[in-house]
Amino acid sequence: MSLWEYANPVKFMALSGRVLPVVAVLSGLCLVVGLVWGFFFTPDDFRQGSTVKIIYLHVPAALMAINVWLMMLVTSLVWIIRRHHVSALAAKAAAPIGVVMTLIALITGAIWGQPMWGTWWAWDPRLTSFLILFLFYLGYIALWAAIEDNDSAADLTSILCLVGSVFALLSRYAVNFWNQGLHQGASLSLDKEKNVADVFYQPLLFCIAGFVLLFIALLLLRTRTEIRVRRTKSLLARERMA
Amino acid sequence: MKALLIRDLQLAMRAGGGFGLGLAFFLIVTALVPFGVGPQSALLSTIAPGILWLGALLACLLSLDRILALDWEDGTLDLLACAPLPMEATVSIKAFAHWLTTGLPLVIAAPLFGLLLNLPSAGYIPLVLSLLLGTPALSVIGTFGAALTVGIKRGGLLLSLLVLPLYVPTLIYGAEAARRGAEGLSSTTPLMMLAGITFGTIALLPFASAAVLRVNIR
Amino acid sequence: MMPDLGKYAGSVLSAYGASIVFLIAIVVLSVVQSRRAKAALKDVEDRRND
Repeated sequence: MSLWEYANPVKFMALSGRVLPVVAVLSGLCLVVGLVWGFFFTPDDFRQGSTVKIIYLHVPAALMAINVWLMMLVTSLVWIIRRHHVSALAAKAAAPIGVVMTLIALITGAIWGQPMWGTWWAWDPRLTSFLILFLFYLGYIALWAAIEDNDSAADLTSILCLVGSVFALLSRYAVNFWNQGLHQGASLSLDKEKNVADVFYQPLLFCIAGFVLLFIALLLLRTRTEIRVRRTKSLLARERMA
Repeated sequence: MKALLIRDLQLAMRAGGGFGLGLAFFLIVTALVPFGVGPQSALLSTIAPGILWLGALLACLLSLDRILALDWEDGTLDLLACAPLPMEATVSIKAFAHWLTTGLPLVIAAPLFGLLLNLPSAGYIPLVLSLLLGTPALSVIGTFGAALTVGIKRGGLLLSLLVLPLYVPTLIYGAEAARRGAEGLSSTTPLMMLAGITFGTIALLPFASAAVLRVNIR
Repeated sequence: MMPDLGKYAGSVLSAYGASIVFLIAIVVLSVVQSRRAKAALKDVEDRRND
């Protein structure tokens, strides 16, 4: 019994079919609890007023935007090293979710920045890095869409993901060097002093759990779709041959 | 190896202007900027380093699909894949030839175009230095992009979409070095970072380009 | 029931609105694609088994 067994599409379909509804329900629950708690039952911040409520969307989305890319990096590596098709398809399935998360982080950030910093957009390192991350996602998706042969597409996009990760990291530091930021430091920290206050922290944890679970649910659903699409294609090809 | 380099250079010289085209494009971009932002020389001289860097980058981008597309179409790449030369070397030479035919002319022409944009006199040396250090990275990264998209019909736009985000670190350090130089500040730190990026990409990226090209030729 | 959002009501509500629209969009898109793929596969497999 090992994780690699699920590289077999049949086993993956069987397991994911059972897990998917559970994860979907859990994610819905967490999101509803976290967002309702955050929106209706938390006090305003003494400086930021009610805009602090945006944190329940902004932070989890930003967190996921980066982690989705990391997950794509891992699955790309698995594809390159062990050539498991499910892994390559999972990377493909994850990219649009990453785009949406990045967009949410950027948009809520802009809406939050408007009253707080007096501007929708500033060329702040964090904002700029996210914009660059967004461009990387777009390029990745476009490359998948442009190549017809499945295995070549998986190979090329995996290598792009690896190279892109290195350059995304370089850009992150380059951008830091280039401009000092308006953005505050990390909102979450293991260091109790630096962390956000508990009133905001507890619902935020629910929201983060909700976003993570939502990502897993969507990822499973979309990977299943990709597997089905590929099976349909190969069956059709076989039909034409017969 | 030398034969391949010479062949690529000759082709670039001969094949109807691939050589001068990048330069002409660079000139046009620099000439259009004053039309866009107005002719005030104070404004132009503050934005000159950035514009020159951006112009060089775009001129470089414009010629990327020529690196591999022609060889792909007439089957030269398949032959090169069978040749005893490892693919990594082929790719590096192609990038080097691209740099010699587009990057180097841009570096040489940049001071002239700096005159057009009223670049402060302190800025010329840092500008040329930063371009000299930075354009090889542009060629190497561009070769990677060209290798990725070589099998795709009408891949030009996709090539730009893939390559431009990869150009971000080079552009930031390069333009920053040129800008600091123009303002009379020390530009050593960005130049060092730029050199790091350039040498890093030259050392590592040909492996990725070669891997990608092998997938495309398969 | 509605909390008093003060002068930032517009910002907070639009941030929630936009995010929820995007989340629903990706969920609906994924579900629709999944349904379509399932139907297409079923179609082909039924034909194969006949």
